[in-house]
Amino acid sequence: MKKIGSKILTGPYIIWMIIFTVIPLGLIVYYAFTNSGGAFTLDNVVSIADTVNAKPLWLSFKMSFEITVICFLLSFPLAIILSKYSKNKNSIIVMAFILPMWMNFMLRTLAWRLILLNNGFLNRAFEIFGLNSVYLMNTKAAVILGTAYDYFPFMLLPIYNAVAKIDEDVISAARDLGASGVVVIRRIIFPLAMPGIISGITMVFVPSMSEFVIADMLGGGKVYMIGNAIEQAFNSGYADIHLGSGLSLSLMGLIVISMLIYKFFDKGEEGHGIW
Amino acid sequence: MVKKFTEKFYLVFMFVLLYMPIAVLIMSSFNASEKNKAVWGGFTLSAYKALIKDEIIMSALYTTFLLAGGAALIATVLGTLLCIGMMNMGKLFKSTMIGIAQIPLLNSDIVTGISLMLLFTRFTDLSFGTMLVAHVTYIIPYVVLSVYPKIMQLNVSIYEAALDLGASPLFAMRKVIIPDIMPGILTGFMLAFTMSLDDFSVTYFTKAPGINTMSTMINAEYRKGIQTEIYALSTIIFIVVLIVLFIINRRSEKAFRIENERV
Repeated sequence: MKKIGSKILTGPYIIWMIIFTVIPLGLIVYYAFTNSGGAFTLDNVVSIADTVNAKPLWLSFKMSFEITVICFLLSFPLAIILSKYSKNKNSIIVMAFILPMWMNFMLRTLAWRLILLNNGFLNRAFEIFGLNSVYLMNTKAAVILGTAYDYFPFMLLPIYNAVAKIDEDVISAARDLGASGVVVIRRIIFPLAMPGIISGITMVFVPSMSEFVIADMLGGGKVYMIGNAIEQAFNSGYADIHLGSGLSLSLMGLIVISMLIYKFFDKGEEGHGIW
Repeated sequence: MVKKFTEKFYLVFMFVLLYMPIAVLIMSSFNASEKNKAVWGGFTLSAYKALIKDEIIMSALYTTFLLAGGAALIATVLGTLLCIGMMNMGKLFKSTMIGIAQIPLLNSDIVTGISLMLLFTRFTDLSFGTMLVAHVTYIIPYVVLSVYPKIMQLNVSIYEAALDLGASPLFAMRKVIIPDIMPGILTGFMLAFTMSLDDFSVTYFTKAPGINTMSTMINAEYRKGIQTEIYALSTIIFIVVLIVLFIINRRSEKAFRIENERV
């Protein structure tokens, strides 16, 4: 086989990734395992187990789990219905459901502030219908709602892509053999859509885990997640980059471990694209 | 019958849920009531007039697009070169490269941002340049993962035929390889551009003082007085996005129909 291009073409990318991905990760590791005097220590990495940090970590985990479940429960049926209307992901109807993703994510979060504020749109609507006001602002529920809304398209799109690829004939065959609608969904669509579901869950769970700005805007400082703890370690008056690096490293490790466990329970499915 | 109705109902329900926040933003931009946007105080366009004059918002908008455009361009060039260069590499090398490309995807963006901040603050000052580098690093994986599948589908024989017919490698590359992987390159660029536009965390940790993108500007200003202008801006963004998606849709529908007719 004749050579296409040359190995030199990979050079710029490799150099870039070494300088800007590998070395910075090395720096995090370095800071995580040293104290301000430069001596080796495990304190920063272990500090994730301190109550101060373990509490927000557990909160992040719980909330990310809830966010992922909400996104999945809402988008799985939607993906199936959408795939009945169109198999083309650029059709008007599919695009209509993805479009909100194209709005800047801070704008979307800002919109939820307008809705959830104590005298905001939701309570105005409740007032008109004669219902009692609800005070969601600065609660966990508000952060979960806002985050789920922000990441919803990342769950919908991969699942829709997977469902749209399922051969109609397979479903018809199942029906001819007497499968009910529920059985078709459970035994045919669900397993065949698995790669998309895995993609979707990963793409919602991982970023939710380290979210801090939504918690800030909708939680008003009352919802303190592990992302907030890390951000505080770098940007507050008590900045300590060693502690911050230690926490980041632990978070990274936990995410990788949970992904590995999750892949283990779900083996056999490989090569899922992000879109 | 009942099933059809349930499906339609669910579609409408989800549609309303997804667009409610956007509708709220648009309504607020025309609402003259200053104190509480949930109370209608009459129709006004004053927010739009103020928006054009607002230097904070306009400079953030400018920075955002310059950053996204520049970073997406650099990332697309680097990523595409890598994919072409990878063609005649061993399997181990390929999987190592794809593995490295996925680091920033698996790393949450907060870790990407922090690690780059540690690098920059140690060796240089934070500037627009460092923000650009950070964005390129953050979005390169999306380019690689879009272009790489196209490279794998490439028919090498056509390239070899071009060489046999006397084309120089560079000419054959330009006339055969690049057009073939163009859809992947374009998808990669678009994806990279969008991710950069939407980013908050990476920018937040690597931004120079005084330079803001849309996201960091909103984060810094939303508690203060320029909210109505931001709502006006989101209405404009929404309309632009609507038009862009409509154009993509028209072109894609056409391509989709042609493809299906062939089958």
